[in-house]
Amino acid sequence: MDGAHDMGGVAWSDKVRPEPDEPVFHAEWERRAFALTLAMAMPGGWNIDMSRFAREDRHPEDYLSKSYYQIWLAGLERLMLERGLVATAEIDAGQALDPARPVARTLTPDGVAAMLHRGGPTERAATRPPQFAVGARIRAKIIHPPTHTRLPRYVRGHVGQIERVLGCHVFPDSNAAGAGEDPHWLYTVRFDGPELWGEASDPKLVVSVDAWEPYLEPA
Amino acid sequence: MSGHDHDHPHEHSALSETELRVRALESVLTAKGYVDPAALDALIETYESRVGPRNGARVVARAWTDPAYRERLLCDATPAIAELGYAGRQGEHLVAVENTPALHNMIVCTLCSCYPWPVLGLPPVWYKSAPYRSKAVRDPRGVLRDFGFELPETTEIRVWDSTAEIRYLVLPLRPSGTDGWSEQRLAELVTRDSMIGTGLPKQPHEIA
Repeated sequence: MDGAHDMGGVAWSDKVRPEPDEPVFHAEWERRAFALTLAMAMPGGWNIDMSRFAREDRHPEDYLSKSYYQIWLAGLERLMLERGLVATAEIDAGQALDPARPVARTLTPDGVAAMLHRGGPTERAATRPPQFAVGARIRAKIIHPPTHTRLPRYVRGHVGQIERVLGCHVFPDSNAAGAGEDPHWLYTVRFDGPELWGEASDPKLVVSVDAWEPYLEPA
Repeated sequence: MSGHDHDHPHEHSALSETELRVRALESVLTAKGYVDPAALDALIETYESRVGPRNGARVVARAWTDPAYRERLLCDATPAIAELGYAGRQGEHLVAVENTPALHNMIVCTLCSCYPWPVLGLPPVWYKSAPYRSKAVRDPRGVLRDFGFELPETTEIRVWDSTAEIRYLVLPLRPSGTDGWSEQRLAELVTRDSMIGTGLPKQPHEIA
């Protein structure tokens, strides 16, 4: 989806503003929103690509007006509402009004360390050889799917080179839609700055993205 | 309290509204038996006090002092970093990229905020901000100027956009004047920003 989240190369004039001695969280609600998001994935049963799409698939004004954890919160609410785990009236009232939906598992305090240590590896056994080898010249396809994708706009249509073959990984475009993991070969693809940004580019700049095979074609 | 709040006074009322909503949400989810508040506390405690850039600093200092470890780290970072006990969520597939006198690496996630949690903890606000996510892939030298340093024009700059589940860690150049230093002392020179590529390690005179 071509959303406001896809920010690479957008001409923001603002400086990057590092904050000295920045705390991990800036308010108590950020702590709770962060933890609720991590904890709810277990009873909710959604995957990381569904979470990302729930955060990103919103009007640009909405996306850009929210702080980072406000976006997380909005994404979490959407995932839960879609599955009938909560109702808007319940959040507004601050209390449960309907019976809970049966859920397979919940996160216990004792289970936190194991859940974090396990993480969510995305590499899968390959069922076919990779189409591209290191050094191959490729073009990032010009695609504008209305659904979730991880091919940023700023590389689409541009020619790059395969630098690393990273294994076969869960394909977010499919996984976010609940259509299965559909693993594909993943590559680090490098682009020269002038290829992406034209003659005004820094001549000594190289940018890479990690791109799945369906995003690429021979150049 | 925090500098962030002072910088954005206009957000104050919106934050209060958000705060009430998060409280309401936690009440509902707890009442329904979906979450256990003690598990939430454990998650917060993990990332506020146990997982952070000191982990990554240990990895870097080990690579600076142990050539065989450096080799393993650059060849396959996930098992090399697991040797020191760091692994898991948002660090399932790790890659370390090494700075040299001719090459400077910088990490970004233009699409969201992907960041190597097991070695750096949760990302700072600037890393998740629109200016960083937009500018890093187009004008990384400008980003470095925002951080107060200038890279020589002859240095190649390489930006890694974390668009998949691979998480990157920069292995910065070891500062000169540190011959014979212990791993522990070297780790004190390693800053979070030097492992993202928006900073350099401290110089020996900067630590007591």
